[in-house]
Amino acid sequence: MTTIRMQDLRKSFGTFDVIKGVDLEIEPGEFMVFVGPSGCGKSTLLRLIAGLEDITSGTLAFDEKIVNSLTPSQRGIAMVFQSYALYPHMTVYDNMAFGLKLAKGSADDVKRRVHKAAEMLQITDYLDRLPKQLSGGQRQRVAIGRAIVRDPKVFLFDEPLSNLDAALRVATRLEIAKLHAKMHETTMIYVTHDQVEAMTLADRICVLRDGNVEQVGTPLELYEKPQSIFVAGFIGSPKMNFLTEQFADAYKTDILGVRPEHLEIKDKDGLWKGKLLLAENLGSESFLYIDIGAKEPLVVRQDGSAHQQPGELLCVAPVNNNIHRFDQSGRPAAN
Amino acid sequence: MTASPSVRSELLRQRSRSARLFLLPMILALAVVAGWPLLRTIYFSFTDASLTNIDAAKWVGFKNYLSWIQLKSGRTIYSGLLVDPAWWNAVWNTVRFSVISVSLEAVFGMVIALVLNAEFKGRGIVRAAILIPWAIPTIVSARMWGWMLNDQFGILNDLFMRVGLIDHPIAWTASSDTAMIAVLIVDVWKTTPFMALLILAGLQMIPGDIYEAARIDGVHPVKQFFRITLPLVKPALMVAIIFRLLDAMRIFDLIYVLTPNSAQTKTMSVLARENLIDFDKFAYGSAQSTLLFLIIALMTMLAIWIGRVRLDGGER
Repeated sequence: MTTIRMQDLRKSFGTFDVIKGVDLEIEPGEFMVFVGPSGCGKSTLLRLIAGLEDITSGTLAFDEKIVNSLTPSQRGIAMVFQSYALYPHMTVYDNMAFGLKLAKGSADDVKRRVHKAAEMLQITDYLDRLPKQLSGGQRQRVAIGRAIVRDPKVFLFDEPLSNLDAALRVATRLEIAKLHAKMHETTMIYVTHDQVEAMTLADRICVLRDGNVEQVGTPLELYEKPQSIFVAGFIGSPKMNFLTEQFADAYKTDILGVRPEHLEIKDKDGLWKGKLLLAENLGSESFLYIDIGAKEPLVVRQDGSAHQQPGELLCVAPVNNNIHRFDQSGRPAAN
Repeated sequence: MTASPSVRSELLRQRSRSARLFLLPMILALAVVAGWPLLRTIYFSFTDASLTNIDAAKWVGFKNYLSWIQLKSGRTIYSGLLVDPAWWNAVWNTVRFSVISVSLEAVFGMVIALVLNAEFKGRGIVRAAILIPWAIPTIVSARMWGWMLNDQFGILNDLFMRVGLIDHPIAWTASSDTAMIAVLIVDVWKTTPFMALLILAGLQMIPGDIYEAARIDGVHPVKQFFRITLPLVKPALMVAIIFRLLDAMRIFDLIYVLTPNSAQTKTMSVLARENLIDFDKFAYGSAQSTLLFLIIALMTMLAIWIGRVRLDGGER
C-alpha cells in the first residue's frame, strides 16, 4: 500500500516547461488515471514518477519517503509501455524472469512467480515463444505479466491499449480492471488520452492540461461537476455543447454547457428550434446535428435510430434543466 | 473474366525477358573485367608462362602446385606451391593479420559505435569526422603513417621518447619485431570507422524503449550490454566482421607501401604480385593467385551459408 505525493513537481526540457508545478496525492491502492489531450504532459508526469526522467524541481514521495533521486528499480515500480518494450531476443518466460533473475531471486521462486502471473494472464502456452511470434494483444499481456512478477508497490501504465485494435482494446481494458481488483493493494497509475478508458477504469481521474492539473475527482464528479469548460468538454462523448450570446443570456450566464444526452427533441414548444443538418445512426443510439443559429451545430443524443430527415425543423430542450453554467474565464459561474 | 493461365505465363515470360535484357550489360562488363582475367590466371597457373614471353606458355599440369622427383637413393623431393615455405609463411601472415586486425576493429568499432549512438551535442560532426581515416586513400595513409613511424624523423618515436615509454627510437616498419604491429596499427586506424558505422546502423535498429524497460528491471549497464545490446546487434556485427574478414584476406596496398619486402608482413597478395612481376615467375604467381582466389571464394561461400542459417535470426 503506497501513497504517492507530488509537491510542486516541475519538469523542463531545456527552456521548455512540460510539467508546471503539479500537486497531487494518490491514495494507497488507488487506480488513478491521468488523462488529457496530446502534449498535456501526462506521459511525462508518469515518467517522472517512474524515474525515467529527472525531476527538475519539487518533490515526489512514496509513503513520505522522497524518491526524487532513486533509480526506477529502487522505487519498486513496474511499468507497461505503449509499445510493449519486450526484449525481442528473449522468450516470453525470459522476458518475465529477466528482472527477477537479476535481483538474485532463487530459481524456484522465479519460476513460481512467472508461472503464477502467466496463469493469471492466460499466457502459459506461450512461455517458450519469442515476442515476434505473438499477436499484439498477447504481447501486451506479456508486458503486463513482466510488470506483475516484479510484485510492484506502484504499477504504471503508459497508454497500454493504444496499439491494439478496437475489439481487443475493450477486452484488455476489462483484463486491466480485473487485475486492479485482484491487486487491490497496489497503487496503479494509468495514462491515456481516451476518456472512455479513463471513465471505466479509474477510481479517480486527474485531468491534465498544458502541464497543469485541471481537475481531480471520481469519474462521476468530473462528469457531473466539471470545474472548467476544458474538463466539461473533455469528459463525455460526444462532447458537451457550448452555447453563448442569446442562448446563454436566457440562463443569465456567459457560456452555457449542455451534454448531448441531456437534450431531447420536443414535438413542439421546444426552447430552441432549428433545421436538422445530419443524423448519425449507430443503431442503439443516434446523434442529431441541429442548426439552431449558434456558432456550431447543436448535438443531440437520441435513443435508437433517428427517424427524422435532414432539413426537418426540430424543437429541442434540455431535460430536467440539466445544464452547466460557466463564466468568461471558463470556470463554473457562481449562482 | 479471369485471366487464363497462358495469358499470365506470357506476361511472366515477357517480364523475365526484359529482366535478362537489363542484366546483360552488367554480365558482359563482369565477364570482360573479372571473368576473363580470372580464367586467364587460372590457365597460366597450369603452364610455364613467363612475363617476357607469355604467348609461348606451355601446359605443364599441376607442376606449379606440386611436383616431385624420385632420387636414385629412393628419396622423393617435392617442389611447388603447396610445399613452399614462403607461401605458407604468407598464408600464416595473412590469417594472423586478418584475425587480429578484424578482432581489434570489431572491439574498437563497437566502442565507438556505442559512443556515437548516445545523444550529445555535435554528434553529426563527430560522426562525419570519424569517417575521415576511411576516406583517405590507402596509399596516402600508408605513406603518412610511414613517416609518422619513421625511426629518425617519425613523430611517434619522438612522442614515446619524450613521455619515456621507450629509451631509443624504434624502426617500426623495418624491424622484424614490430613490422606486423605497425601494419596492424595503421589498418585498425583506417578501417575501425567502417566497422563502427556498420555497427552503429545495427545499434540504431534497437528500439529505445527496451532500455527503459531494462532500467525498470534494474539491469546493470554492463549486464545490459552483454544481455541486451550485444545479442540484438549481433546480426549487424556478424555481417560487418565477415565483410571485413574477406577484405582483410586480400590486403595488399597497405603492406606493399608500408613494409615492402618484410617477411614478417608479406601476405598472399603481396607474394603473388612479387612472383608475377618482380621474379618473373608468372606461372608460379598465377598459381598463388588462383589459390588465394579459391581460399577467399571458399570463405565467401561459408560466410553466405552462415549468414543464411544464423544471421537472419531464425524464422520469419
